[in-house]
Amino acid sequence: MRRKFLRLALGSTVATATALAIPAIARAEDIDPVAQVQATLDNIWVLVAAVLVIFMQAGFSLVEAGLTRAKNVANIFMKNLMDFCVGALLFFAIGYAIAFGGDMTGLGRFIGGDGWFLAGDGVFSYGTLDKFVFFTFQVAFAATAATIVSGAMAERTKFKSYVIYSAVISAIIYPIVVRWQWGGGWLFQLDTPFHDFAGSAIVHMTGGIAAVMGASALGPRKGKYGEDGKPRAIPGHSIPFAILGCFILLVGWFGFNPGSWLGADPVVGTIAVNTTLAAAAGAFVAMMVTWLKNGKPDVAMTGNGLLAGLVGVTAGCWVVNGLGAIIIGAVSGLLVVYSVIFWDRMRIDDPVGAVSVHGVCGAFGTIAVGLFSATESEGLVKKGLFYGGGADQLVSQIIGVVAIGAFVAVTSGILFLVLKKTVGLRVDEQEELEGLDVHEHGMPGYVNDDMVLR
Amino acid sequence: MKLITAILKPFKLDDVKDALKAAGVQGMTVSEVRGFGRQGGHTETYRGAEYKIDFVPKVRFELVVDDGVVDSVIAAIKAAASTGKIGDGKIWVTGVDRIIRIRTGEEGHDAV
Repeated sequence: MRRKFLRLALGSTVATATALAIPAIARAEDIDPVAQVQATLDNIWVLVAAVLVIFMQAGFSLVEAGLTRAKNVANIFMKNLMDFCVGALLFFAIGYAIAFGGDMTGLGRFIGGDGWFLAGDGVFSYGTLDKFVFFTFQVAFAATAATIVSGAMAERTKFKSYVIYSAVISAIIYPIVVRWQWGGGWLFQLDTPFHDFAGSAIVHMTGGIAAVMGASALGPRKGKYGEDGKPRAIPGHSIPFAILGCFILLVGWFGFNPGSWLGADPVVGTIAVNTTLAAAAGAFVAMMVTWLKNGKPDVAMTGNGLLAGLVGVTAGCWVVNGLGAIIIGAVSGLLVVYSVIFWDRMRIDDPVGAVSVHGVCGAFGTIAVGLFSATESEGLVKKGLFYGGGADQLVSQIIGVVAIGAFVAVTSGILFLVLKKTVGLRVDEQEELEGLDVHEHGMPGYVNDDMVLR
Repeated sequence: MKLITAILKPFKLDDVKDALKAAGVQGMTVSEVRGFGRQGGHTETYRGAEYKIDFVPKVRFELVVDDGVVDSVIAAIKAAASTGKIGDGKIWVTGVDRIIRIRTGEEGHDAV
């Protein structure tokens, strides 16, 4: 019975546990030792998963640095560093309260408001998890959403403006999106609840949409478009960085997806296998598409394909079967190649493909739950269109994607517009040509110390 | 004294160095350079987009030798650097007014 409750509650991520409001750990004298061991394992596993997700920051840094030029390498790493640090402080102060605090009725369906600074009795905790373990897991996710934008705005954004953007998305925009679903808000309260297990839409598409708004507010890098208006390649300075970053992200994703079960349960194995299959299919298909299209398998794009497969399967990694995971990964790998070309033609200069990987494949993966879900779980998710469940889940998925997409587009669009009119969004032309490292941070990322003066 | 400058394919660096040492040359300077001649550039692809590399990587040898060995040095470079394919590079010879060894202050022939 208790196991059944745990499975149901944990499967929903946070919402059902709150709705049922059952104290997960009862007083010591009337708890059975098995449950106590289970609770301890739950906490240890989720904390380990949180650490894996935090390690993804290193992966993002390397991918973005590798796919951009050496003169901006210190700036890219600095932006990633501050995404985590500024994001963590603000998510602690207000983001967590907005995402999870307070009740789920009325305005609470859209925005939370209790447990500021992780203080007081209103601090949310989930199931068997200690509130601080759950917070650590969630703060890692918040930092992920923020850092996606860094790559799309690379090589031309004022550092000061970027830090302000990073603060606002971690403190307000991302937590509100989380509220709608994982916080038990209106998307979770739909008749057929929206389902986004680990955040294809909530984390990745949120970052991807903010990235497209940021990149379009900035305009393309100098030299990205020739006099004829055709997009030109600006090769990144380190393919090894980029691919090592992809591997680190792959490792981190095993915290991101299986960790989102929010408990220690053998089902994490299913989630891990689905994650693996989608990543592999995404990379393989992206490689084949570039090979057939251009005559040679493109290394950087294959790396993007790996990430596209991971982003795609994140929403459905619990509910799809192995075949579904492979199809979702494969379609994501195909989508990412053509999406990169599409945004290039639209004059949205995204040096690392963040908009395509996280935005496009995040939206696709979320909608794909409505097609490929092979799992029926009362109050959480229905079977998808291809598995005899009808269109109910698909409709909810589309509602979620459109609502989150529109909200993030409008709020981040306003944010970037305000930044552009006030502190300014873009560095001046000379700084862009000479590199942001020296102008924004005072020193180049790479120092040739053979030639350094004493 | 003559300055011999040779612009060659980078992967010929070791072959040419060994050939020059065998020909009795005692010192040389090499640098990584980029350029193009009649060969022109070449195209590469990055994330599906083609782009043209106009300046192709090359290695530049510079060595100062006595007038008497210029022909044998050129022959050694030519033999070692040739692949018969386009882009093998060029050798040119210029006159040198003075040459000084810093440590000893020797000049001219003694300093070569």
